[in-house]
Amino acid sequence: MLNALWLIPAAPFAGFVVNGLFGKRAGKSFVSAVAILGSLLAAIFGTVAVFQYHALYPHGERYVDLVYNWFSSGNVGADVAFQLDPLSVVMLLVVTWVGFLIHVYSVGYMHDDTGYFRYFAYLNLFLSEMLILVLGSSYLVMFVGWEGVGLCSYLLIGFYYKTDYAPAAGTKAFVLNRIGDFGFLIAMFLMFAYFGSVDFARVSQLAAGGGVEPWLLTAICLLLFLGATGKSAQIPLYVWLPDAMAGPTPVSALIHAATMVTAGVYMVARSNVLYRLAPDAMMVVAVIGGATALFAATIALRQWDIKKVLAYSTISQLGFMFIGVGVGAFSAGVFHLVTHAFFKACLFLGSGSVIHAMSGEQDMRSMGGLKTKIPHTYRTFAIATYAIAGLPLASGFFSKDEILASAWATPYFPTVGKIVWALGTIAAFCTAFYMYRLLYLTFDGKFRGTHEQEHHLHESPSSMVVPLWILAILAIFGGLLGLPEIFHAPNFIGSWLAGAVPEIPGAHHLIEIPAGSEWTVMIVSTLIALAGWWVARSMYKDKQLDTDRAIEQRVPGLARAVENKWYVDEFYGATVVGPLKQLSIFFWRIVDGIIDGIAAMLGYIVAGIGDLLRFFQTGNVRNYALMLFAGVVVFIWIFT
Amino acid sequence: MNWNDVAVLLPEIIVTIGASLLLLGPFLRRKPRPAGMSLGLGAGQPAEVSTGDESAKWWMLALLVITAISLIGVSWAAEGLALSAGFSQMFALDAFSIFFKLLFIVVIAMVALLSDDFLRESRYSAWEYYSLLGFALCGMMFMASGVNLITIWVGLELMSLSSYILAGYYKNEEKSTEAAMKYFILGAVSSAILLYGISLIYGVCGSLNLMDIEKSLSTLISNDALMFGIMLLAAGLCFKVAAAPFHVWTPDVYVGAPTPITAFLSTASKAAAFAIFARIFYSALHDFHLDWSNVLATVSALSMIVGNLAAITQTNIKRLLAYSSIGHAGYVLLGIISLSDWGIRGILIYTTVYVFATLGIWATILMMRRHEYAGEEIDDFEGLSKRAPFWAFAMVIFLLSLGGIPPTAGFIGKYYLFSAAIEAGYGWLAIIAVVMSAVSIFYYFKIVVAMYLREGKEADMVITRPLQVVGAVALAVTLIFGVLPAPLITQVEQSSHWMATRAAVPHVGR
Repeated sequence: MLNALWLIPAAPFAGFVVNGLFGKRAGKSFVSAVAILGSLLAAIFGTVAVFQYHALYPHGERYVDLVYNWFSSGNVGADVAFQLDPLSVVMLLVVTWVGFLIHVYSVGYMHDDTGYFRYFAYLNLFLSEMLILVLGSSYLVMFVGWEGVGLCSYLLIGFYYKTDYAPAAGTKAFVLNRIGDFGFLIAMFLMFAYFGSVDFARVSQLAAGGGVEPWLLTAICLLLFLGATGKSAQIPLYVWLPDAMAGPTPVSALIHAATMVTAGVYMVARSNVLYRLAPDAMMVVAVIGGATALFAATIALRQWDIKKVLAYSTISQLGFMFIGVGVGAFSAGVFHLVTHAFFKACLFLGSGSVIHAMSGEQDMRSMGGLKTKIPHTYRTFAIATYAIAGLPLASGFFSKDEILASAWATPYFPTVGKIVWALGTIAAFCTAFYMYRLLYLTFDGKFRGTHEQEHHLHESPSSMVVPLWILAILAIFGGLLGLPEIFHAPNFIGSWLAGAVPEIPGAHHLIEIPAGSEWTVMIVSTLIALAGWWVARSMYKDKQLDTDRAIEQRVPGLARAVENKWYVDEFYGATVVGPLKQLSIFFWRIVDGIIDGIAAMLGYIVAGIGDLLRFFQTGNVRNYALMLFAGVVVFIWIFT
Repeated sequence: MNWNDVAVLLPEIIVTIGASLLLLGPFLRRKPRPAGMSLGLGAGQPAEVSTGDESAKWWMLALLVITAISLIGVSWAAEGLALSAGFSQMFALDAFSIFFKLLFIVVIAMVALLSDDFLRESRYSAWEYYSLLGFALCGMMFMASGVNLITIWVGLELMSLSSYILAGYYKNEEKSTEAAMKYFILGAVSSAILLYGISLIYGVCGSLNLMDIEKSLSTLISNDALMFGIMLLAAGLCFKVAAAPFHVWTPDVYVGAPTPITAFLSTASKAAAFAIFARIFYSALHDFHLDWSNVLATVSALSMIVGNLAAITQTNIKRLLAYSSIGHAGYVLLGIISLSDWGIRGILIYTTVYVFATLGIWATILMMRRHEYAGEEIDDFEGLSKRAPFWAFAMVIFLLSLGGIPPTAGFIGKYYLFSAAIEAGYGWLAIIAVVMSAVSIFYYFKIVVAMYLREGKEADMVITRPLQVVGAVALAVTLIFGVLPAPLITQVEQSSHWMATRAAVPHVGR
């Protein structure tokens, strides 16, 4: 398997091709069989490859499988090659297995949809591109996957293309991602220009070798991070993710929670050598991460759409991951990425199950009391909520705690680290609060929907429930992968990922967290999370919507501001989109006119030249012969 | 006679015998054929029978396959020898010539497939047609292998004479005969110029063998007679590759000739001319690089500018492609001017990718060919995306490749040529080349616009199997070498290795 890593992305790609070509005519069972087989094969191939890799390289050395030389010219070149190292192993396992579960879930969820084959073809394509992103051995191959997942994201957000909002949301996502991609591209150009390579190891080696201008590293890191803010929905480019919920819910779970949106975190962790040599850029990452974590969490406090809450929650949790990689705790950031993939996928799929039961209703104001109607969904949802809230001993507790402790103890920028820690801690309080608000409003109290909806309420089929339970179990026990040092237990993921964070001169290595601050941070986080839960419980468990009505009467302005997402979309509309539109109208009307004029003029000139040439093109063979001789004579005259 | 010499020549011998047998084809068949079969160029009355004979095509293809196999066998046997010249250093079987010969065989096979419909519909004999194609191929193979100016010249004449007749194959069409006539007369003039150049070089160097010329030039200081000879030689070759200002015949001949023959003239014939161009200038004349490079740079610049600008105003697609091919000749000349390993690689790569993209375009044009002259205006492409979406898409890929846009193979070719020019210090030429490439995109996209954005007339298309094969092969090559150029580049590096070492020889005489 190791010398054929390309098979891993190829398997779902084959599924995409088969379903894309024949899916329309074939039956639903054929389509789902092909799609599930594609994702399962990727998962199996990937797991086999990981075992083989671990046997051969127990210390996490980098293994590269060259597929072919893409191009090479002079000292600039790029290979199409895939690699395994501790970081890509983690991503590979998460992407393939979570992807597989969501494929299974989709069979039930999308069962009545007319675009069945289209959906599964796109989903397989997405998986394939995501695997290229994760396995690529250079920024260029990664970028291929990066653009590929962007395309699939666009296609799947706009999946319900007959509605008004879905295509618009897809376009918004695409455009904002393009802004980020611009940064990624420029960063790659800089690498080509100054390092002559975009290979991960080569770039790291050259950067760590010394003699590189600090501004260059900072610039590359910031530009890469600009790419990450687009793909991973961070300030200022996060606004596309809430709208992306227009896509089918399993897509939100797979692409917009568990895998694609974490690509930015993966990329920063992947570039950890560059970032550690450019602490300024790291600080930007950490601060943006902390700000996004808090900002998005506040918006989630007062949303009604069940998926919107989860969307803002995802943005906020991605912020936590960026705090992790930003303060230098790369393994903690990736650890949170993993646990987040478990509990957020579980939450999204659970919300899908709720929506499925509610016949498409997404507004929590019409829900309530679903606890007894859909018990499996409720239990798994409650487990995942417990995990994301950071309550003790579940997966989110350990990963979030490690991030916050690292922020507290970061050696790169101690003061700013404390501020980031504070931002993260307040965000953690908000997280516990809005998640329990969601849980109570949806599952407790009395049913508020119509009679028809109540009549249709039903638990989802087992193809949906089984993935939910698997993810819920992972959400609880996933934390065991990375127990903190103070527990005197092995931190599997931490020691595993240490292989991907090489020691380099002139930069800090792994973050040492003193036991004292670790305990302090852990206790503070626990108390904060408990407080969030307790406040939510006392406000929503019994009183339900009354609380929100009361808040609206007490502080109407604030309530409306939060409900309208702090008017960020409107702000962008007024400051960026509107002027841009004006500008394009200006270009269209005025500049276009000028350019058209010039172009037309050039056209006339060229046509004139053409006429002139036509004058010589008489069709008369004697003239032609004369021109031949004239040419020879002129040449000899001039050049000898 | 040395049997080794014969063995080296085996593929050419097979082609010659095969082409002669094809000529006898109708008589060797058992079924009696009516009279009116003979070539009889001026015969006047049309032959009554439809001689579009299915079996001729298959015999032709079989001949090409046998030739290819024998070539591969012979080259395999000769492997290890950097240069195995036979017949008193008249003929060489080296990696360079094998590369071009294989290319020629493939291209002639594709031209034969393109001709299938044309021959079935017309009343002219398929046997003679294929026989002439075979002789042209034989000439081209001698051109690729010639290391003596006489071998090269004879090969060139064999190819040219066959092309003159093929260009006039619609013998009752005024346009076609006129084109053949013009082509013949101007070709004769250019041959005379070429031959005069050769004789002057012989006079100075005392030999026609390229290696001897190289040797004697290395001790020679500049010499007017020699420069005169080189100029005339260059002018003659420029005529063959249709570079400005020796391009005037191209549009008229391309439009007048039957479309499959236009395909032949714009691909195989050009590639062969570039093979000898590169062979002579790289291996024999490299010591006088400083003297001839400026002339060729002027020719290259003129070709790119004239070809691409004149193409803009064309509405007939054959004429448009004629002008565009003039521009392409200008690009390939960059590879000769730069005289470096990159330059020679660029020539080989560009010739290959250009040939396939162009054949693909001709295949698509022939699909739309109703009666004898339709499908030739850009307007005829309107709405093609609806009528034949796959071939419209293929056409876009071919045009992008000619324009040099990644991920098509044309990008790789232009990349090599342009960077060779820059490295050789011809930055200004590279700038012209890039600007003119941009101009070329404009008129290539006129076709794309017609195909995708305009409503089409209800014109039916005849998409036959042979055309599909040609189109598919061209599309595959254009896309595969665009995404995965490494195999082609490796091959080209091997094939041009010897030539590249000649370019690197220090110019002692200067």
